[in-house]
Amino acid sequence: MIRPHRNHPLWLAFMLHRVSGVALALFLPIHFYVLALALTDPAALNDFFALTENIWVKITEFGLVFLLAAHMLGGLRLMAMEWLPWSDRQKTFAATAVAGAFAISCSFFLSAVSL
Amino acid sequence: MSQELSVSVWRSETNAFQEFAVPAQDNQTILDVVSWIQANSDPTLSYRFACRVGMCGSCAMMVNGEPRWTCRTHVKKVLKSNSLQIAPLRNLPVVKDLATDMEPFFDKWVEAKGVFQGTKTRHDAIEPILPDTAERVAASTAIECINCAVCYAACDSVSGNADYLGPAALNRAWSLVNDVRDGAYEERIEAVSGTGGCHNCHSQGGCAKYCPNDLNPSASIAGLKRKTTRNWFGWGRS
Repeated sequence: MIRPHRNHPLWLAFMLHRVSGVALALFLPIHFYVLALALTDPAALNDFFALTENIWVKITEFGLVFLLAAHMLGGLRLMAMEWLPWSDRQKTFAATAVAGAFAISCSFFLSAVSL
Repeated sequence: MSQELSVSVWRSETNAFQEFAVPAQDNQTILDVVSWIQANSDPTLSYRFACRVGMCGSCAMMVNGEPRWTCRTHVKKVLKSNSLQIAPLRNLPVVKDLATDMEPFFDKWVEAKGVFQGTKTRHDAIEPILPDTAERVAASTAIECINCAVCYAACDSVSGNADYLGPAALNRAWSLVNDVRDGAYEERIEAVSGTGGCHNCHSQGGCAKYCPNDLNPSASIAGLKRKTTRNWFGWGRS
């Protein structure tokens, strides 16, 4: 449970940025390993591509794209906050970043399941 | 509201919460509740207050897990299921029960060069300061701090890094780096650029959410980040 002093939108935005950052740090080595299979073991790469047709893999990819987009848009909000003149609309910007991430990841998912 | 409040109060001797039943009133602050307990139930209960009107910054405590100035927090605003939990402020050592040792908090004001360094003497003419200049407007956003340490208790960056100067000290520094009468700009920028400085802030915004005077230390710290970055690149003050 979230402790009471943390129960507000900008703390949740902080936590989303932190969790998405850690998740992407864990994902990227696996991503690069799989890409490297194109050079080291193309047959294994083809087997992996077959796995991506599974609906659960697509749902997981939706989560990954959401985290990537949330980290990118949330990071842009933080850079704007620290480099541009202050705006009191930080909660609006954080909500917009989450909405943008959701829109991007939903577009990806719809595209993935319609192919 | 029922006739009695169920109040859990942190006791340092037992390292646990102690339950008290306190008569409910129509108009009652958290400080009233604590004072009633000390006057009627347990005279050994220790806590701190002075002005009772939200000016001195002495009486802040954790109320139901959130930092608040207790003299201006009405029970009705924070009561949950007819019960209250009252604890000493987070991120500060406890002297006894609800009274915290504020020394680390004020030490950090000094570390952040929170003391005004005037450049004139009493023999100089008074320098006119126009209230609508950009520097004065920026300084004025941060000057109403009452040193209650509510922001300090709300901040997880303080919890995670004992060296972090914290929102109140940095807010004070922001006020002074925008004060054209002050002569210690470079020292102050250096002080807030170090290992415990403004760049430790994770922009969680708890300081601004809980500041009882509606100040925004998050904005002040973001301003310091811009100033220190400009200084690092050698781009000058503004």
